[in-house]
Amino acid sequence: MLLYKIFIDPFVQMGASPDLFVQTLWEGLVAGVLYALIALGFVLIFKASGVFNFAQGIMVVFGALTLVGIYEILVRWGISQENVAAFLALGLTIGVMFLLAFAVERIVLKPLVNQPDIILFMATFGLTYFLIGFGEYVFGGSSKVMIADQLYLPKGFIDLKILGGVVSLQKIDIAAAVIASIMVTGLALFFSKTRIGRALRAVADSHKAALSVGISLDQIWVIVWFASGLVALVTGIMWGARSEVSFALEVIALRALPVLILGGFTSIPGAIVGGLIIGIGEKLGDFYWGALLGRGIESWLAYFIALVFLLFRPQGLFGEKIIERV
Amino acid sequence: MLYREAGQFKTNYASDLAVFPILQDRMGIAAILLVAFVAVPYFGNDFLLQAIMIPFLIFSLATIGLNLLTGYTGLLSLGTGAFMGVGAYACYKLETLFPGVNIIVWIVTAGFASAAVGVLFGLPSLRIKGFYLAIATLAAQFFLQWCFVRIPWLFNYNTSGAIEVGTHTLFGIPITGPNATSTTRYLIALSIVVVMTWFASNLVHGRIGRMWMAVRDMDIAAELMGIRLLPTKLLAFAVSSFYCGVAGAMLVFLWYGGAEADVFSINQSFFILFMVIVGGLGSLLGSFLGAAFIFILPIFLRYVPPHVGMSIFPATVEHITFMITGGLIIFFLIVEPHGLARLWQTAKQKLRVWPFPY
Amino acid sequence: MRMKALIIAAAIGTVAGSAFVATASAEDTIYVPLFTYRTGPFAVSGIPIANGMHDYLEMLNQRDGGIGGVKLAIEECETGYDTKKGVECYETVKDKKPVMINPYSTGITLQIIPKASVDKIPVLSMAYGLSASANGTYFPWIFNAPATYWDGASVFVRYIAQKEGGVDKLKGKKIGLVHLDAPYGKEPIPVLEALAKDYGFELVLYPVPAAEMLNQSSLWLNVRRDKPDWIYMQGFGAMNPTAVKEAAKIGYPMDHLIGVWWAGNEADGVGAEGKGYQSLSFTNIGTNFPVIQDIMKHVVSKGKTQTTKDEVGLNFYNRAVYNAILIAEGIRNAQKLTGKKVVTGEDVRRGLETINLTEARLKEIGASDFAPITRVTCEDHNGHNDAFLVQWDGAKWNKASENIKPITDKVIPLADAAAKDYAEKNAGWPKRTEACDKSS
Repeated sequence: MLLYKIFIDPFVQMGASPDLFVQTLWEGLVAGVLYALIALGFVLIFKASGVFNFAQGIMVVFGALTLVGIYEILVRWGISQENVAAFLALGLTIGVMFLLAFAVERIVLKPLVNQPDIILFMATFGLTYFLIGFGEYVFGGSSKVMIADQLYLPKGFIDLKILGGVVSLQKIDIAAAVIASIMVTGLALFFSKTRIGRALRAVADSHKAALSVGISLDQIWVIVWFASGLVALVTGIMWGARSEVSFALEVIALRALPVLILGGFTSIPGAIVGGLIIGIGEKLGDFYWGALLGRGIESWLAYFIALVFLLFRPQGLFGEKIIERV
Repeated sequence: MLYREAGQFKTNYASDLAVFPILQDRMGIAAILLVAFVAVPYFGNDFLLQAIMIPFLIFSLATIGLNLLTGYTGLLSLGTGAFMGVGAYACYKLETLFPGVNIIVWIVTAGFASAAVGVLFGLPSLRIKGFYLAIATLAAQFFLQWCFVRIPWLFNYNTSGAIEVGTHTLFGIPITGPNATSTTRYLIALSIVVVMTWFASNLVHGRIGRMWMAVRDMDIAAELMGIRLLPTKLLAFAVSSFYCGVAGAMLVFLWYGGAEADVFSINQSFFILFMVIVGGLGSLLGSFLGAAFIFILPIFLRYVPPHVGMSIFPATVEHITFMITGGLIIFFLIVEPHGLARLWQTAKQKLRVWPFPY
Repeated sequence: MRMKALIIAAAIGTVAGSAFVATASAEDTIYVPLFTYRTGPFAVSGIPIANGMHDYLEMLNQRDGGIGGVKLAIEECETGYDTKKGVECYETVKDKKPVMINPYSTGITLQIIPKASVDKIPVLSMAYGLSASANGTYFPWIFNAPATYWDGASVFVRYIAQKEGGVDKLKGKKIGLVHLDAPYGKEPIPVLEALAKDYGFELVLYPVPAAEMLNQSSLWLNVRRDKPDWIYMQGFGAMNPTAVKEAAKIGYPMDHLIGVWWAGNEADGVGAEGKGYQSLSFTNIGTNFPVIQDIMKHVVSKGKTQTTKDEVGLNFYNRAVYNAILIAEGIRNAQKLTGKKVVTGEDVRRGLETINLTEARLKEIGASDFAPITRVTCEDHNGHNDAFLVQWDGAKWNKASENIKPITDKVIPLADAAAKDYAEKNAGWPKRTEACDKSS
């Protein structure tokens, strides 16, 4: 009976209502792309500076809050055109994220250069504390509504009548998937084709060697922190539009962790593929097998998926092979 | 000058290998223990004991536990909160199944349940390293937390879904539950922590500790020297989880007096890890300093403004506390990346040569 | 550089340490601490609650000079909805002789419940905390008026029975419970299970782990597959707006989604998308009540608070005002019972136990039609009062139903059994020794 429920029943269900199956796949895909986006924020920083950035979650909150906060201030100042205000706010927020990247590099990273990874990890925790306090001090703790309409993000949904049922695609999800894909490809191209990208990869290989050929570590670090600040901002906009803009958004960053172990800490394609595997895997798992275990299994399912992969490839799917010499 | 060891001769190997080879250190430890056992409970009020000292001791113990794993063996774990939870729930189950046995026995025994779970989730450590392992232990964190909520047997089918602590006595004096005074609970916690710290100290100074450190420094080299990796790593997981489990049981039984699963969330794990790092990896003293820094500092900061006559809104105080704590963490890491324990060593060195610069 | 830095750090430490001494509160005031959370991930709900409680008590100070001529010393302690900080707050306020504690977090309430009788400080957990603590015989120091979560869930069942056209029509219906996967969220399960057995409906549970609050898409896919006829939501914080948005996304009929009273924040309606979503409530919304007008006049317009004008009258704000009314009423009764001006926690426990907010009394304090008629007795610390539904119209909440009685003949025996169970499981739980006063 149990075996039937595990091995037969879910597939019967998939066959019986293919529209739900496709819908689940779609939800998994969207979630996967968004997870990939968050993971990308981690990967960029880890690759360039070896820092496991604990503050990524709070940067998501900070980015989203800053955007809405600045927007509200602009509207109060009398910019009547909502769209103009929204895009102005977006521009200013990008500026703030740059300042943040710059400050982090100057105040936190530079004095800690060449310290063990775990110390830098700890420093980002200090940064998290600071940003929580600062963000709440400036913007207050109450929730805000993401200015999705003003940013021309689409609303509504498309119903596809296929497979004897309905598959409903949210326009905002499509937009999220498209924007995330563009960002991911853009960043991937930027870091593989441009001069800065090559410099970044050199830094990732060896700080000392990169320094000796004249690459400015400071500059690279500001750029990657800025890039991952942008990623955080986009993540904040997308998840903010799905729920609300408040400090609860911070937990979203945790979603990226199984993606990271699966895809590898240092690989951009890994983050994408890992995100998709985790996204689709956990949606399918929770939808078809979740009831067996009393539901709510999504919180740890992703980690187990990742763990299984990890036992075969300890450095993640796309991570660089760890070579140790005695 | 102040801290001079001249004239202290060691005449046998035992005294040379002692944990505290210097007289001043021994006197210092004696003084600290005296203060902790006599002065604090005698002069401290409920606030000091209940809101500061008891949690400080409990977090110190959990920090020691994680430090054995992360600091001494070099295995990063983010499952501390869950392992603490295993201890707490195990103690709760044992206590309700066998109410006749003294609760202190169960608090300590609960550590074994935690150790067993720790070994199970430590198995991947043979193949996985560094941050990858840290995130793999997150599987333990989320899975166990889910169990605490989803398996009603663990909380005796309470409708509230939380575990509550009844009154238990030792020699007729209540030591848990609402009737136990904070002084009694403090003394129990202190005794457990002192004994377990002493044990940990012996462990890390002995053969096992050296094996752990060899594995930390380079596990392949350690293997070549004949240290079997799997048992060594698993032992580290077991001992570490044991400490965390006892700390978790103490957290619920000697401090909160009742808890829901949320207490053992991922935030708890991070909290303990940061105590380890700020205090100093691979240092027992650092575990205490780290716990003090991360836990007590914000409490201090919160009480500064009202007591120097500033009337700031409590929420604003909270924001500023967060900012200052964050700033101080970064500041201390920049000043001394190896943790507060290293600062103490530096200070000791300075005291040794004082008043001369070197 | 290093030494200098150390010295600075040491200096800061000393200042902090020397400032760290307890101060005694003045004798001629009544000390009312409020545990609030204006920070942290749940601040969204915490801010209006903190404002409402503070503003009503401050209004009493401004308008009447306190209660019975004694000023109230109102102090907020920030918990951030964190149990650790809650313990710290409790220890901070304990020595200042508080007349009662309002923990405002289920985790903190659980932690304080056993201590209340020892420290002689009553606990008022208004419509949250432990449902079983409604029983005054087992929990003489705990009050959770005006209704428990179990009452709430039974009001929901009675409401859908009305809509379906009778209790017998519930047979064979499918009812979902979307809940936070934590003790708070699981509260309504026992009562809903009992009712499912009696009325023959099927109960389907949809737990939301706390870490997945913002990530509910697969849960709602399950809802889409199972097609429950009605959904009750026991959610909190960011979980609610996410759930409402997801429900809208799968095209679930919004008026069939009904939240508990803590799922009725203005942020939970999420604008136009959540139009039709309903939530339970027991206090009315808006500013059109004498008591709210007084707060506007004496507190808000004088700038004696952080509350802005448009925050007054929101759902949680008004509920918190009602909470503060209970506080004030408890203190007032205590003064009447003892004849003392400055009352203690023990007196206020008696005062709370004799709360009798009749229609006439509500009118006197300007809360007629604003707050529910509430009666607390020695045996019943809750009242198991009526609740009604409010509906989100895309911009604000509107009252959407008459008062609905909870199914008390189910809820009260359950609560009593749970209270007994709690006392038995906690070895050495004290028997009630407190005498019972006549209702005022």
